[in-house]
Amino acid sequence: MSTSAAATPTPQKQSDPPETKARTAKRPGDLIFSGLSIGSGLLIFLTLLLVAVFLTIRSLPAIQSSREVTGDADAVSLLEYTAPLVFGTVFAAVLALLMAVPVAVGIALFISHFAPRRLATPLGFMIDLLAAVPSVVFGLWGGVWLVPRLEPLYMWLNTYLGWIPLFAGEPSAPMRNLATASVVLAVMILPIITAVSREVFLQTPRLQEEAALALGATRFETIRTVVLPFGRSGVVSASMLGLGRALGETMAVLMVLSPGSSFSLHILEVGRHNSIAANIASQSAEATPDVMARLIFTGLVLFVITFVINAIARAVVARSTQG
Amino acid sequence: MNARKNKLVALAALGLTGALALSACGGGSPSADGGSDAGGAQPGAASGQLAGAGASSAESAQGAWTQNFIALNPEAQVTYDSVGSSAGREQFLAGGVQFAGSDAALTEDELAQSAEACQGGTAFDLPVYISPIAVVFNLEGVEDLQLSAPTIAGIFAGTITTWNDPAIVADNPEATLPDLAITPVHRSDGSGTTENFTSYLSETAGDVWTHGEVDEWPIEGGQSGDGTSGLVSVVEGGNGTIGYADASKAGNLGIAKVKVGEEYIEYSPEAAAKAVELSPRAEGRSEHDIVMELDRTIDDPGAYPIVLVSYLVLCDTYADQETADLVKAYAGYVVSPEGQEASAQAAGSAPLTEGLSTDATAAIESIKAAA
Amino acid sequence: MSTTTTSKPTHSELLTGSATAENRLPGWHMLLTALAAVLLAVLVLALFGSVSIGGVLVLGYGLHLVIGYLYSRVREGRRWAADRLVTMLVYGAFAVAMIPLISLLWEVLHRGIVRIIGPIPLQFWTMDMAGVIGGMDTGGISHAIVGTLLITLGASLISVPIGLFTSIFLVEYARYGALKVLGRGVTFLVDVMTGIPSIVAGLFGLALFITITNDPGIRIGLMGSVALSVLMIPTVVRSSEEMLRLVPMELREAAYGLGVPKWLTIVRVVLRTAIAGLTTSVTLAVARVIGETAPLLLTVGALPLMNANLFEGRMQTLPTFINSQYRSGNAVCNSDVMTNPITQIDYACSTTINYDRAWAAALTLILIVMLLNVIARLVSYYFSPKLGR
Repeated sequence: MSTSAAATPTPQKQSDPPETKARTAKRPGDLIFSGLSIGSGLLIFLTLLLVAVFLTIRSLPAIQSSREVTGDADAVSLLEYTAPLVFGTVFAAVLALLMAVPVAVGIALFISHFAPRRLATPLGFMIDLLAAVPSVVFGLWGGVWLVPRLEPLYMWLNTYLGWIPLFAGEPSAPMRNLATASVVLAVMILPIITAVSREVFLQTPRLQEEAALALGATRFETIRTVVLPFGRSGVVSASMLGLGRALGETMAVLMVLSPGSSFSLHILEVGRHNSIAANIASQSAEATPDVMARLIFTGLVLFVITFVINAIARAVVARSTQG
Repeated sequence: MNARKNKLVALAALGLTGALALSACGGGSPSADGGSDAGGAQPGAASGQLAGAGASSAESAQGAWTQNFIALNPEAQVTYDSVGSSAGREQFLAGGVQFAGSDAALTEDELAQSAEACQGGTAFDLPVYISPIAVVFNLEGVEDLQLSAPTIAGIFAGTITTWNDPAIVADNPEATLPDLAITPVHRSDGSGTTENFTSYLSETAGDVWTHGEVDEWPIEGGQSGDGTSGLVSVVEGGNGTIGYADASKAGNLGIAKVKVGEEYIEYSPEAAAKAVELSPRAEGRSEHDIVMELDRTIDDPGAYPIVLVSYLVLCDTYADQETADLVKAYAGYVVSPEGQEASAQAAGSAPLTEGLSTDATAAIESIKAAA
Repeated sequence: MSTTTTSKPTHSELLTGSATAENRLPGWHMLLTALAAVLLAVLVLALFGSVSIGGVLVLGYGLHLVIGYLYSRVREGRRWAADRLVTMLVYGAFAVAMIPLISLLWEVLHRGIVRIIGPIPLQFWTMDMAGVIGGMDTGGISHAIVGTLLITLGASLISVPIGLFTSIFLVEYARYGALKVLGRGVTFLVDVMTGIPSIVAGLFGLALFITITNDPGIRIGLMGSVALSVLMIPTVVRSSEEMLRLVPMELREAAYGLGVPKWLTIVRVVLRTAIAGLTTSVTLAVARVIGETAPLLLTVGALPLMNANLFEGRMQTLPTFINSQYRSGNAVCNSDVMTNPITQIDYACSTTINYDRAWAAALTLILIVMLLNVIARLVSYYFSPKLGR
């Protein structure tokens, strides 16, 4: 209903079929339109440049006065300060992604291919609702409702699966640990991944699906052979959006996690990890200019992390579309 | 896009000039002595716009002051952004806001820097918000708890780990304490509350608490909460938890009595105010720069030593008469008995004692406009 | 929840006729295995002495994955068993997602509704916070609602055109030569932009306006809009790009073949075809930024009164309101009655009032986004071309 699927069959995805030769006859409408489009692209470039330049300038004092640059043993080591934060940030986001992507793809498939048609739209709407919940509320919910309910699960994991380093250590109530933060993050990025994946799955060429079914494929086989390959880049792109949000999420982590600063793998232990964004938010209020510069430096690092992760994701997408 | 941006800037500029024009028109009503007799108690005396920023600890109090002040002076608009002490001082020194709220007084460097924002004059601090910090706990079956300074220090430093530790039992001979692990909860953000609490620990039990006076919790690991409300909810969420929080936010939690001298005393606004009154003023400050050197080791049984003092930071010189008058009226209201009563009602703070109030009023009187 | 069964055959199954062609079993067989799995779960948990509804559901679901699969494997064959398993997994995924959704909405609803319907119905939405201090049992959020709507509208007005044109550039123009290189660069930068922490976007908005106006104390709604649009643009670009790419190339080629100019093709064919997806992406982008707290804390300040001017003065918004109310924590009640200094009306004192307001404001925010969603869906329903499913 809410979708606009193509009625025409597309043999292959939009794998850049040779376009009709770029028009040489320039109409004024075309000129204006292409100008606006290219201009917007350049504007993005400019905005990002401004943000990056601003971050760098603001974090210069921290870099200049750090132990790494001055060689002064008393100076604060930026590496020692930032590395555990980076670890915590990436760890939490990756855990969240591992939990969220399978569930999100499942929901997207449920809505696009399994649920009764009449229910699909309202169900999708409900999931979209989750995207609307402000992160402060996720924080409240995570801290008040979720933390005590996860306690038995954590104790069970710790007792019976404690030989896995992830679940080792000594969890203590209230369970304001990295695992809880990841669960909240996973819930938060679920709707974004679901919404985009669902939209892509719904765009799967109808005839291809019906062809597969006509050959006697089960619904699962149809999904595996037609829907998933078609939607793969969409799912990866959606996951990247989710990862971006998980990496930068501030309030929910701030309100759910008792922070610490270590490289511990024990996600059930309290006071071991922290994320960059939450650290900025909690420390910036009472920060002296030195500390603020250091915090902005960590922001710059977060920036670079997303840069790297996106580069990797891009490579993955490129390979999957070639193959 | 450039064209659009320019247009927006022009619009924004238009708005700003409008604001300036408005405040210029509104000014002019003479309220030079607004500060002396009970601040802006005369309704409608002050007008114009005033912006402040700073400590979130004083947010409720500042809310009460600004709202009451606006009620008394309908022509005036005063706002307060709770952005944190440091950010508030920074904005103030950059000339972005006319006053700042801060949990710590200006440093010497900052005083030197203030000449720029203060039209060649200097900035000064006024203690305006005195708030007791309570040691809150959540322990099933125990409602009354008495603790001495070394015991509190031991609990938070991690050397006392169970509720039936001999040190706690010695403080509470009558209570039955369970054999349960103690979960100390600290603030995860940097805060004036932590700074004042650790100041108390290091001054009264320096041999147990060896981490000194810090605004960020120095010990790795452990339970923590973001902000006062975050900390309170963590303490509420566990059993055997103990933390420290602005006393007015303690809610339903148990509050420990703290040993002062030979007695265990309960926190109260009056006892907090007394501790501040008994403390000496910091030395080497100018006459109007009222900074307290809090004495945590007092043994007067009527004084509660775990207390936070939040300052109002002002300039002694403002760019024009209207601003100077408005600041005088507002600050005058804040330190007046009415203002202190309003913050006590809204934020549970302790009212300024008479002596401090008089000194503060005198300091406010000295505010003038640049020639 | 764990009793996952395939309902009546959907039309796709009828299309293939596979239900009869192979040895398929009716859906109630799955109900039976589900029942068996739940019973087994109860038994196992009873052995360990810890029967709870949650435990039965979780263990029962896990057992049913095994039992149902094996049963189907024996009776229907491997391929259909795999299909059954995936169906169960997909239903399970949906059920798992429903847990946080329902509990969260319930928490917000039952805690938030109190303030909205009482003491005077809907007064919470029509009042502002002028003169409301301490534990005064009153106050409202009209100013915050107006602020949030205006600032988000401002952010959308900035980011939707930029985001849409950028995605058009990426999909329609960045195909050959230099533009293709530029397009790759832009795509990459947009990816990086998605990772900008919201607090950094706030700092950026702050620095930008301070630099332009040379006034370090400047706090206006527009600054918030600019900061939010930094967060919103990449979301709009990424998802609209995805939607535009899904428009079949044949549609464009058909239009070109009829001699339609490229820009008209984009407007009339590409955008028209993708309108539903585009509305979804814009709605999602709005949903993402409407609850942002950190950038607004830095850029728009706080104000207890109504200010509907984006270009002048501080503004209150719902997220910052929720945040400040939550952080205020328990209110102080030294006396039973508190007087509003402006209106001189007496109110009762409530220690939990700050939390009540926070939850009610959160509920309001969610309702606003729901409304936006409904509008977006109606728009896409009425404007999208009626083809396909």
